Amino acid sequence: MSGAPGRPVPVRRTLAGGATVVVQEAHTTPAVSLNFSIDAGSVCDPAGAPGVAHFLARVLDRGTSRRSAEEIAETCDGGGVTLAVHATRHTLSLGCTCLAEDFPTILDVLADVVRDPRCPEAEVETRRRQILTAIRQDDDSPAARALESLNRLLYGDGHPYGRRVKGTAASVEGIDRGALLDYHRRRIAPTALSVVVVGDVAAEAAADAVAAAFDGWQAAAAPLPALAAPPAAAARRREVVPMPGKAQVDVAYGFAAVARTDPAYHAHVLLANVLGQYGMGGRVGRSVRERQGMAYYAFAGFEADRIAGPLIVRAGVNAANVDRALASIDEVVGEMGAEGVTEAELDDARRYLVGSLPRTLETNAGTAAFLQNAQRFDLGLDYDRRLPDLLAAVTRDQVNAAARALLAPERAAVALAGPLDAADAGAGEAADAGAADAAGAAAGAPQARAAKAAGS
Amino acid sequence: MTDMDGAPATLSPATLSTATLANGLRVLVDEVRTVPLVSTWCWYRVGSKDEGPGLTGASHWVEHMNFKGTKRISRDEIKNSIERYGGFWNGYTWIDQTTYVQTATRDALDQMLFVESERMHHCLYEPADCDSERTVIISELQGGENDPDTLLDIELTATAFKAHPYRHPTIGWQADLEAMTRDDLYGFYRRYYVPNNATLVIVGDVDAADAVRRAEAAFGAIPAGETPPRLRATEPPQLGERRVTIRKPGTTAYLRVGYHAPPVGHADFAPLLVLDAALTGAKGLSLWSSFRGTPPQRRSRLYRALVERQLASAVGGMYAPTAQPFLYTVGVTAAAGAAPDDVEAATLGALDAARDEGITVAELARAKRQLRARMVFEGDSVTNIAHQLGFFATVSELDTWFDMPARIEAVTADDVARVAAGHLAAGNRTVGWFLPA
Repeated sequence: MSGAPGRPVPVRRTLAGGATVVVQEAHTTPAVSLNFSIDAGSVCDPAGAPGVAHFLARVLDRGTSRRSAEEIAETCDGGGVTLAVHATRHTLSLGCTCLAEDFPTILDVLADVVRDPRCPEAEVETRRRQILTAIRQDDDSPAARALESLNRLLYGDGHPYGRRVKGTAASVEGIDRGALLDYHRRRIAPTALSVVVVGDVAAEAAADAVAAAFDGWQAAAAPLPALAAPPAAAARRREVVPMPGKAQVDVAYGFAAVARTDPAYHAHVLLANVLGQYGMGGRVGRSVRERQGMAYYAFAGFEADRIAGPLIVRAGVNAANVDRALASIDEVVGEMGAEGVTEAELDDARRYLVGSLPRTLETNAGTAAFLQNAQRFDLGLDYDRRLPDLLAAVTRDQVNAAARALLAPERAAVALAGPLDAADAGAGEAADAGAADAAGAAAGAPQARAAKAAGS
Repeated sequence: MTDMDGAPATLSPATLSTATLANGLRVLVDEVRTVPLVSTWCWYRVGSKDEGPGLTGASHWVEHMNFKGTKRISRDEIKNSIERYGGFWNGYTWIDQTTYVQTATRDALDQMLFVESERMHHCLYEPADCDSERTVIISELQGGENDPDTLLDIELTATAFKAHPYRHPTIGWQADLEAMTRDDLYGFYRRYYVPNNATLVIVGDVDAADAVRRAEAAFGAIPAGETPPRLRATEPPQLGERRVTIRKPGTTAYLRVGYHAPPVGHADFAPLLVLDAALTGAKGLSLWSSFRGTPPQRRSRLYRALVERQLASAVGGMYAPTAQPFLYTVGVTAAAGAAPDDVEAATLGALDAARDEGITVAELARAKRQLRARMVFEGDSVTNIAHQLGFFATVSELDTWFDMPARIEAVTADDVARVAAGHLAAGNRTVGWFLPA
């Protein structure tokens, strides 16, 4: 890593069982961040049982053969440590920051819960209740509902990206201890594990400690499931999730872009920055928030993994302004698709992304996340050093080619959640040349689905 | 776990320099040369407690207007100029303070100081910008109202206070936001945005003497202003439990219990902070970085009484450092299927037990260790270090921050029992529910 001058080069090892470990020394504070990532996210959920990966994440640290849930809690709480165990679409991760003097103890706990969780029945039932409550909270969140709806539109109901990571209430009710232990046996293995340690440690000694913690663990994770590319978008799609009683509407508007490994990935990163990030929400923010005052937040985000990830424009607007906000987003998106970005915009975006690296790498947790990402996509431990050149090499023509291919309002997916009627599913689209038929055709099924979800 | 005897007894950095310019601007500089970054925070002693009737939300709206361009910086440039250095910028307003942050590579220091000096004295307040920001802020308010827990927090606070301006939300009441004029906002700006009501903090890869010279060059020409006016209001003692219940469409029930609690400078602050750590897990003391995410709380009393008994899916406590007496609030997300009466009985039962019996020696030790660790963690970046210096210099005194480890270390179980008995009284609390209609 070169973001912080004077920092030593990270140590990287492959352990006997196949796990990788990366250790970066950083002595700014007497603290250490640990970041474990396992290729076992919700895309690996067994067919018909969405939510298993997330459920396992919630119960993973609730008891092992060597330690009760209380003992694990006491060890973490006593050091001021919050152990965060999360499942995303692609990974199951564990992360925390501890005092340097507690590193050996906390490492031992993390290795233990990864290797040997027992998922006690009582803990499974308690976590089940928590997950069901969280699913109900998502049901009541316009932001969560709009994003969920958009992902369904972009990837389809049957695609893992079109499902909630948490699963459904019905699927979570059906997951038992056996299913969790089976998932652990099939998916949580050293061949799928990457460990990153950053902080006030001696790198070689810390790597030795990680190796010792995983000594003797031999297992191979089942192959990752094939993941279909998103269907090509031939027309505009729109779905409304009516949520009576809410104060405003969450708008999610997007496209399936490119995979992390796509040669055009960095062109899309720059494109998203100009479209919806630079300054205060890029061109979208300038139009929807700054010029028209319609939203507190209006921005774009882009994330990519094994398959084409979504580029999403988001805004929170009053129900009376939804059509005006959508027209404004359409105008910005359409204009950028047709005319691309300016050289000055591209230069600003590049300077921002390069200049922000030292901030990204300033904290132990930030560096650990960066290194974990570099590991996951095989970017190399010198990725921070190479990134400025990678961004500099992207030409305006390449960014504009990405814009032309992606940013077409007539192929956008649009999800709205908030105080709207289901009848609004097609409203405002009739004037959209070329999109009216598609919107009308798509409206029936989403309306039925939205009404069902709202009543559940 | 190993012992933490090595924890510093004070947070006072050996490299801190302080200066006061002729116009009254206080400048704090801390040389932290671990990364090639510098963070500036410009703090004003103005928050929603300074807003009278009809002007609720003014300090927050003024904060928004101060990103809308100045005499020498256009509306877009005030946001864009720092990003060219890879920088991060933001601002926030709360009950006691308004502050603006910029963190970027060290070569951006002069640009950051230029932006802050313009913001202090030369913002434009174009009428059209005031109008467009009005709807942005109403959108922010409505976005918050989409979250039942936020709605409940606002109602609980308004119920707990009768006289003190801490009762209204920092974002303001919507009727005031709809009625306030450009002149109301500009007048508010001119009264409070004076150098003698501000503290500039610079932390990072700088030379302290050089940084003070640059601050003098950027801010020195701004004249001192009148001492800003302050509302005089004291909340009378609460004479009995208060209640508020919101019934709206929703899927989940939320409970909040708020107790009037002393400010950060009060002798009871550290014992109550320890009590909160024992009840809901230690957060730390940084409004900027410590209250995000889940604290270490699985052995805490309320987690065990509620989450482990399947009555709640989440519990939390909030005891923030404030200038004047505010609230200690406990929040509970009822678990799906749990009866609200059972949730409330278990919550109040755990709080009343702490009030009547205090906490154990083991709980005391765990809480203190947690707080020491969290205070290490929240000092992990120039941005976070600068926040804490400016926050305490604005809301209290720098020494309040520097002495906090020693104050926490000195807390005894008897101290916790005393403050619990005093502050967790039933007559001092307000109980609020959000119940799905």
